[in-house]
Amino acid sequence: MPFSLLDLIAKKAGNKRQPITNHDQRSTECGFSNRRTETMNQDPANNPEDIVFQVKELTKIYKMGEVEVHALRGADLELFSGELVVLLGPSGSGKSTLLNILGGLDTATSGFVSYRGKNLTNANEQELTEYRRYHVGFVFQFYNLIPSLTARENVEVVTEIARNPMVPEDALAIVGLTERLDHFPAQLSGGEQQRVAIARAISKNPEVLLCDEPTGALDSKTGIVVLEALEKINRELGTATAIITHNADIAGMADRVIYLSNGRISEVKINSVKKAPGELKW
Amino acid sequence: MKGQVIAITLVVMSGVATFIMFISTMDSLNLTRNTFYRDYSFADVFVNLKRAPESLKDKIKNVPGVNQVETRVSAYVKLDISGFTEPVTARILSIPDDGRPLLNRLYIRKGRLADPAKDNEVVINENFAKAHGFDPGDQFAAVINGKWKKLTITGIALSPEFVLLMRPEAISPDFKRFGILWMGRKALSKSYDMDGAFNDVVLTLFPDAKLSDVLVELDNIVERYGGFGAYGRKDQISHRMLNEEFRQLQKSSKIFPTIFICVAAFLLNVVMSRTINTQREQIAALKAFGYNNIDVGIHYAKLVVLILFAGLILGVAGGIWFGKMLGAIYMEVYRFPDLIYILHPGVIIAAILISIASALAGTLHSLWRAAKQQPAEAMRPEPPAKYRVTLIEKTGIGRRLTQPSRIILRNIERKPVRTFLSVLGIAAACATMISSGFFKDSVAYMINVQFVLSQKEDMTVAFAEPTSRRAIFELKGLEGVHSAEPFRTVPAKFRFGYRSYKTVINGIEPDSRLHLLLDNNFKPLSLPPSGIILTDYLGKILGVKAGDMLTVEVLEGSKPVREVPVAALVKQYLGVTGYMDITALNRLMREGDAISGAYLFTDSMFRDKLYQRFVKMARISGTVVRGDEIRNFNEIQARAMLFFTFIATLMACFISFGVVYNSARIALSERSRELSSLRVLGYTRGEISYILLGELGLLTLIAIPFGFVIGYWLCGYIAQALASDLFRVPLIIELKTYSLSAAVIFVSASVSSLIVRHKLDHLDLVEVLKTRE
Repeated sequence: MPFSLLDLIAKKAGNKRQPITNHDQRSTECGFSNRRTETMNQDPANNPEDIVFQVKELTKIYKMGEVEVHALRGADLELFSGELVVLLGPSGSGKSTLLNILGGLDTATSGFVSYRGKNLTNANEQELTEYRRYHVGFVFQFYNLIPSLTARENVEVVTEIARNPMVPEDALAIVGLTERLDHFPAQLSGGEQQRVAIARAISKNPEVLLCDEPTGALDSKTGIVVLEALEKINRELGTATAIITHNADIAGMADRVIYLSNGRISEVKINSVKKAPGELKW
Repeated sequence: MKGQVIAITLVVMSGVATFIMFISTMDSLNLTRNTFYRDYSFADVFVNLKRAPESLKDKIKNVPGVNQVETRVSAYVKLDISGFTEPVTARILSIPDDGRPLLNRLYIRKGRLADPAKDNEVVINENFAKAHGFDPGDQFAAVINGKWKKLTITGIALSPEFVLLMRPEAISPDFKRFGILWMGRKALSKSYDMDGAFNDVVLTLFPDAKLSDVLVELDNIVERYGGFGAYGRKDQISHRMLNEEFRQLQKSSKIFPTIFICVAAFLLNVVMSRTINTQREQIAALKAFGYNNIDVGIHYAKLVVLILFAGLILGVAGGIWFGKMLGAIYMEVYRFPDLIYILHPGVIIAAILISIASALAGTLHSLWRAAKQQPAEAMRPEPPAKYRVTLIEKTGIGRRLTQPSRIILRNIERKPVRTFLSVLGIAAACATMISSGFFKDSVAYMINVQFVLSQKEDMTVAFAEPTSRRAIFELKGLEGVHSAEPFRTVPAKFRFGYRSYKTVINGIEPDSRLHLLLDNNFKPLSLPPSGIILTDYLGKILGVKAGDMLTVEVLEGSKPVREVPVAALVKQYLGVTGYMDITALNRLMREGDAISGAYLFTDSMFRDKLYQRFVKMARISGTVVRGDEIRNFNEIQARAMLFFTFIATLMACFISFGVVYNSARIALSERSRELSSLRVLGYTRGEISYILLGELGLLTLIAIPFGFVIGYWLCGYIAQALASDLFRVPLIIELKTYSLSAAVIFVSASVSSLIVRHKLDHLDLVEVLKTRE
């Protein structure tokens, strides 16, 4: 693909609001095919085509009652195709806010965010919904499963509306829950519930998986099983994965570790040797 | 919780308002009536007879138990009012020459009493005056004992005897076509040749007197003078109609507020359960600090009372307002000097206590749960709710459902009791609507059966005295009369076993084409040559069925007493009577071919001309035109119906809005996390609204047919409760009523859905994800 075309798209998207669908289709079509042929060890920074997220000067100010909270104070960041990034920081460092803005759940106060060259900063509600629907997979600390649906059905919630979904059973097989397809959340352990949530997140074949404290509510043993599932997906499907945590030990499994403090990126570290989740301990 | 409190307030308000409206109207009418009766000496016993000498008065006075006695002259007259071409009749009554009736005294609203010596001065009743716009000094003409006479109105009056004025045998009050005239005794006696005589007695009893004994004694005394049978207040038409009205108010004051209070209790239960659920941690904290169960229970009980408070206040105010409005509507028909509006403090206290008691009863379960919780247990978050695969899904359509539809079904099935009660609540609103439409439908139906299928004559003329059948030929000969059929009406008492009932026997032509008797399937019934046919309700009163022998005591002429077989029972909604072949009745009376009047079928072009003729014919004492009668009935009913429909619609809207809105809000608070999760996964606002509102829609859809069933049942209960010998309300509910009720429920459900939809659109996705349930 010629660079000029992508530059053009990026410029266009930056200049004015564009119906997301046109662009989406393109990104799904070419994005997916591209991704699968990529190799993880290439230096992605040299290839603008591989930039999934671009974040510049991002700020976010909340009003909490009468107090203004500066959650982000000018964060700059890029996320590349196929990489696994851990965003590390103490609570209040702005990491959740960043993830929410990347995931189209929240909008920035100022600054610029683009997804595959498409400007998210000024996307409207409908465009953001569509963005979440077709491109992003979410995993949350508290799983957020639908209690009235079984594991399989929780995945089907997503596959029913996705454009290029997996077979729900396959998604659950990836996280090792083939035996628990017809169990309701109330019948599953915390780790199992989180794995259902991961299966649900990946079942739409998303370009990017955003995980907010995925092991936060789990003990370390179960947490590692969940991280293994995330690692496997990143490795096998090449889904770009961002994991937010305040647990520094998890950083070992990342391609890159991005440290946040006080609403800014304080440090970016590239792991020369990635640890397998099984080797992690906390 | 603001919206839900408003919803509950509306329902509580409706309950309290209807309760206070019905009870206060009933109490006010009752007090007004009793005051009027007492201050204007309403008689206890009424006797009509042919003619008796004044000396009989002492004999009557000597009957044990009799207190005051007043004799009167009474007659029915035809009126001739210029500018009003329809037939008008009136009852003319004497007032003592000293102008001071002892009993049934007149309340003079305007003008003065008539000069006792003048035979051209009358006092008229207020409704009649109002209907014609008469004032003292105005004039109209009357045919008094065959003589056309110009009368001058000297006063307009009210009498406890005619609080509700109805022409005998009429279907409803008709203020334009029936009036009461009072004339001085001396003048009236002269016109009717009643000097030193009377044909009407009213009397009061001592408190310890036994009515039935007095009536028997009186009947014995006046029998020789052509007595038609003495009767007490309970058979006096005005008094009876009032009593019927009180009975209806009493029933209504029980049925409708009960529905509202139950719905309010249910809503409070749901809201309190939810509140306690979300506050379980606070409860635990309080208990950890050493508050005991009773403290916690009282805290929430106070909250319940607080939520009720606004509803109670508004309900009392609304009840007074509605009560006065309803009172004013009654005053259009029932004539009292003034409506004394009264609201006993006890009624307000009762309304408040009933509301609070049922609200607390409704929330007892959740209060109990709050109190029972161990502090440590309450501080732990609730585990994920347990769900099952629903029965509907197991039937096979399961796999075809989308996940959102599946969520709806499972939520509904998970809380069957709450689902059922929500459905019941919406259904109750629907039933309330149906019950208000029911009256309109059944009255229309009743009129149709009575006047289109059964009594096809368009005019009835009554003769002053039984007349030879030859008069029929005369009537038939009149221009504009297509057909004429004779009838003979005789007052009689029916006896079967220990039960008896006083009414009339109508003798009609066996092959009558104008006056048909209908069986239960509305098929014309042919009148047998012998035997008697009774109104079905009369059969019920007497406990007779076809084939039984009935004792008939005629109260006219030679007063024969006969055993007559009951040939059949016929369907009738108004009044109760017996029917016989006119020839058989003449035979039973041992009279020739006497007739009391005729049913006519006329040409509408000539109708006015015919009235004019009948007014001048001395033998004809009165004329009734069907069309006028029906029109008038509808007019009288219209306002009251409109009021009740308005109230019922308002209340039904409040209930359905309250239930639907409340369900929606609870569902929203219980599931905002789930719905936000779906939004995060990329579901649109519309798609998540479907889950929440689809559930409400489904509940509403289930509730409506259920409401139809409850409505039908409720109307059946009302019809049965209101049935009396005056009228029976047929259980008829038109399609229109069902669809209107469904529409009202749908609209109010939609409005509450829209409000909730608005809230759904503003779900804070980030906020919800941060917390765990």
